Amino acid sequence: MYQVGNFVKKLSNKHGRERESLMPILQAIVQKHNYLTDEAMVEVARELDISAAEVYGTASFYTFLDTQVKGKYIIRVCKTITCSMKGKSDIIHILEDMLKIKVGETTSDKQFSLIETNCIGWCHKAPAILINEMPYTELTPEKVSAIIKDYMHK
Amino acid sequence: MENKGLTKVDLIFEKIDSKEVMVKAFKMSSAEIIQSMLDSGLKGRGGAGFPTGLKWKYTAAEKSPEKYIVCNADEGEPGTFKDREILDRASNKVHGGMAIAGKAIGAKKGFVYLRGEYRYLLPKLMIELASFHKMIHEIGFDFSIEYRMGSGAYICGEESALFESIEGKRGEPRNKPPYPTTSGVFEKPTSINNVETLVTAMMIIHHGAQNFIQYGTKDSRGSKVFSVSGDTPTPGIFELELGMTVLQFVNEFGDGDTKAVQVGGASGFCVPRKKFAETIIGFEGVPTGGSMKLFNSSRSMYNVLHNYLDFFTEESCGQCTPCRVGCQQLLKGVEKVKKGEAKSTYLTELVKLADTMKIAAKCGLGQSVGNAFKSIVGNFKEEIIY
Amino acid sequence: MINLRINDQKVSVQEGTTVLAASKKLKINIPTLCNHDDLCVAGNCRVCLVEQKGARTLIASCATPAAEGMEIHTNTLKVRNARKHIVELLLSEHRSDCTKCYKNQNCELQSLANDFAFGDHVFLDLVEDKKYNIDRSSPSFIKDDSKCIRCQRCVRTCSELQYVSAISVANKGAHQKISSFHDRPMSQVVCTNCGQCVNRCPTGALVEKTYIDQVWDAIYDPEKHVVVQTAPAVRVALGEDLGYDPGERVTGKMVNALRQLGFNSVLDTDFSADLTIMEEGTELLVRLKKALVDGDKSISLPMFTSCSPGWIKFIEHKYPEFLPNLSTCKSPQQMFGALAKTFYAKKRNIDPSKIVSVSVMPCTAKKFEADRPEMRSSGFKDVDFVLTTRELAVMIKQAGIDFRNVEEAGYDTIMGDSTGAAVIFGATGGVMEAALRTAYEIVTGREVPFGNLNITPVRGMDGVKEATIKIEGCVNAWKFLEGVELKVAIAHGLVNANKIMKMTREGKAPYHFVEIMACPGGCIGGGGQPIPTNMEIRKKRMKAIYSEDEHKLLRKSHENPDVIAIYKEFLDQPNSHKSHELLHTHYVERDNF
Repeated sequence: MYQVGNFVKKLSNKHGRERESLMPILQAIVQKHNYLTDEAMVEVARELDISAAEVYGTASFYTFLDTQVKGKYIIRVCKTITCSMKGKSDIIHILEDMLKIKVGETTSDKQFSLIETNCIGWCHKAPAILINEMPYTELTPEKVSAIIKDYMHK
Repeated sequence: MENKGLTKVDLIFEKIDSKEVMVKAFKMSSAEIIQSMLDSGLKGRGGAGFPTGLKWKYTAAEKSPEKYIVCNADEGEPGTFKDREILDRASNKVHGGMAIAGKAIGAKKGFVYLRGEYRYLLPKLMIELASFHKMIHEIGFDFSIEYRMGSGAYICGEESALFESIEGKRGEPRNKPPYPTTSGVFEKPTSINNVETLVTAMMIIHHGAQNFIQYGTKDSRGSKVFSVSGDTPTPGIFELELGMTVLQFVNEFGDGDTKAVQVGGASGFCVPRKKFAETIIGFEGVPTGGSMKLFNSSRSMYNVLHNYLDFFTEESCGQCTPCRVGCQQLLKGVEKVKKGEAKSTYLTELVKLADTMKIAAKCGLGQSVGNAFKSIVGNFKEEIIY
Repeated sequence: MINLRINDQKVSVQEGTTVLAASKKLKINIPTLCNHDDLCVAGNCRVCLVEQKGARTLIASCATPAAEGMEIHTNTLKVRNARKHIVELLLSEHRSDCTKCYKNQNCELQSLANDFAFGDHVFLDLVEDKKYNIDRSSPSFIKDDSKCIRCQRCVRTCSELQYVSAISVANKGAHQKISSFHDRPMSQVVCTNCGQCVNRCPTGALVEKTYIDQVWDAIYDPEKHVVVQTAPAVRVALGEDLGYDPGERVTGKMVNALRQLGFNSVLDTDFSADLTIMEEGTELLVRLKKALVDGDKSISLPMFTSCSPGWIKFIEHKYPEFLPNLSTCKSPQQMFGALAKTFYAKKRNIDPSKIVSVSVMPCTAKKFEADRPEMRSSGFKDVDFVLTTRELAVMIKQAGIDFRNVEEAGYDTIMGDSTGAAVIFGATGGVMEAALRTAYEIVTGREVPFGNLNITPVRGMDGVKEATIKIEGCVNAWKFLEGVELKVAIAHGLVNANKIMKMTREGKAPYHFVEIMACPGGCIGGGGQPIPTNMEIRKKRMKAIYSEDEHKLLRKSHENPDVIAIYKEFLDQPNSHKSHELLHTHYVERDNF
């Protein structure tokens, strides 16, 4: 049976148990589970022999190391200036419509989370979003609709 | 003031045999490499503009068996995306530049700190890295590179915050001194250079310092990659010779209705139309890590300022008072003024606060929050108030 | 040496000295906030900014080393303006309900505000927009985020001094805060309740949970018989909160003041400290016999002391596999509590349900300890209310007692007598010294071979101390210990306790007996002691403790007449059945997060 403890142990064997291993381990957990459960953070603290509060403190510093429930596909909509100028709010509207959730929420089937994020480095192709790690750029509501439909069928 | 006009250059993306350049560099002594950097006048391309030759010289002078080269690929400044493009198209030169820097300062190990937003590049970069390691092994130079990922924190672009992050901690800037050249990542002497700087350094070795100083001005040698966005018909990446005026830039990239250019991102300066002609893009005028954002007359500069302040309020690391609380006060302050809940004279108090943040914040990023604030409020006061 | 100028005065300092320390040398005062002598440099609050000639920005004097030729100015217009801004910024995030605040007039932010930010404030009040949390879950302290100014002293304390890190800095930007693991209530995390953070918090963000009102209610209740016990370390620190310099012994005045407050009987935890020595010393000797003579493999050595409730919670959370190594003895506070509602009640012919048992402790963890479900062996809550040294000072002020002019008085009888061995419990190494004074004498029939009974190797501020005492010339009953080199160790501050525990876990701790105190310096540096507490002050309190010992007629626990009497009349003998019922306890494993 899959246990998060075993997974964390495996990651610790791979990345090491020094403090510098913390980020790669947390990143790997997020890649697999979309966010950090309390249980996972406690396991990491145990493996690295640091306090769980420090694991949480470190994770919560980084926007991509979520400690709240997130869906399988995390949609991050860039809200910084150029994307804002070039139609970010239209993108948000179509996403909220399609997913039936508001910014900051996760769909009840835990498939999608919708959040806003700061500059993702695609200003020349604004508006842009990330779905997990993949960037999608020069978006229009139509393009977004097609992309999300694709993900819904994945 | 020198004004070089607008000239497109092809240096960063020029196709080269990186092995050949590395072999050439490794035949040079450490002092010779550093001297060519000093001769070239190259200044860091991340925005702060510290002379690369000096940085390498200081790190080389440290007596430590362990030293590091860190490539700062945490490009988070709003409006900057050139490092992503460089890593995508010319990572062989990024790795090569790191090896040359390693030779210069006496480091055997390098880290690339790549922002989490660019993780999608990683598979490709790993393939490139493997061939780099193979190549460097063939050349017989002892140097290796490791990638470390960021996870969405603008402040980690600040060098000491970046070190903290590599060390597995919260990305909070450190007290300085000590500077990275004496105590950087893992408290070892470290030269931390921007992606583009490392590529430029490699190209300086390739073409020679003399070739490089033909470009640019006395204070801003060479060319650099600009990230152009906003109200422009031609957004994208452009490598341009340094020393042009904002007006020349706007003539090339503007949409005919440009009212302001934000040079250097959210932490940079806003140049209004009336100052386009007199403002040089470079260290003698407005410095930039590459971010050039154009705004036409349809844009509300209040919205621009609000967006930037919102950004800083979220992305401040939060440890020092002036930055953590100052950003919140600037943001809430302009909101109050806009809504008419505070008098327009309140902006004067906020400008004073921005001045305090400039001299009192712990790190360079906290110190530069005031740049955009003061230049936008200073030049577009009416838009903020009404 | 480094030569620099500060406000146009020349000063030479050692390399590595900060600008702040160099200024201090010149008697130039620079305000600070995040800085604390016990902790590493943070450089966060920026209150200590000064101007350095030629520098682009102001510099944090606490974090900047002095450099040759530096020219510093500490009071320029630029500095003053920045400082005023910074203090006002801090105040804008801080709920300034000063008149209602427990820390009113004992708040570093308030005094900075007094100096630099009086009059109208420029900035907007951010407090209302924030969803600040007030955590009252711990029996020991309250964590009020609306008072927090993010200086991170508490975080540094918890990690650097205590190796617990129950709290950490979480989030970033405007949302940055001091948080437990995922914002759990402090009562549900690894927190030891030691209160060292409370002692270092410059504002009212971390304060002890007070039981002053409950104690007054009990005192004013004619139905109740209120007894109070005072811990050894209180008498050498209480004065600091009442106008005395650190290091003044105020034992007699304190006793009289307590009587004036209306306690029915003023008794001494020192009595039960002596009793602890009898119980714990015997327990050690029995363990040694079983291990060394009987070869009983189930006996766990080294044996650890159990007086410090912060330490107990630390080991329960972090090293539960070594709980069998803990002495089963309750702490002196709890031994006292158990006896107050049994032995004392019987002696004084008082219905124990009418007794309210109060203790005055240098400690916030004692509040938690008193609440433990194990601590009801009298059939009641053995200790009803625990007050810190600071709370007692508040009560004395509330009662309008002119402390300086109070006459000295002695403790009441029955559980009021004590020896010098008990009073040194308040300093690191004291329990060890007291135990050795008694155990050595039981085993050999002679006094410990140290001049004037002062076992100096176990004293002092070193984080981990070790000593070896060769046992020679044993009396018949203890012949099996002949020639044994008794190895002991002492640690104070949980970061040092952790060193011993790591060694123990690795099988590298060669000790028979280890004394551990959660707080730096032992109880004299406890979390409930007057603020500020720092190394200089701890040393003064420590000196006072040993001087208290030297002035005692009796200096060995087994000579305490009240102790001799209680065994005769009530407990029979150390480690008897009755003792086990009332004076011993057990421990529980807890989660490590």
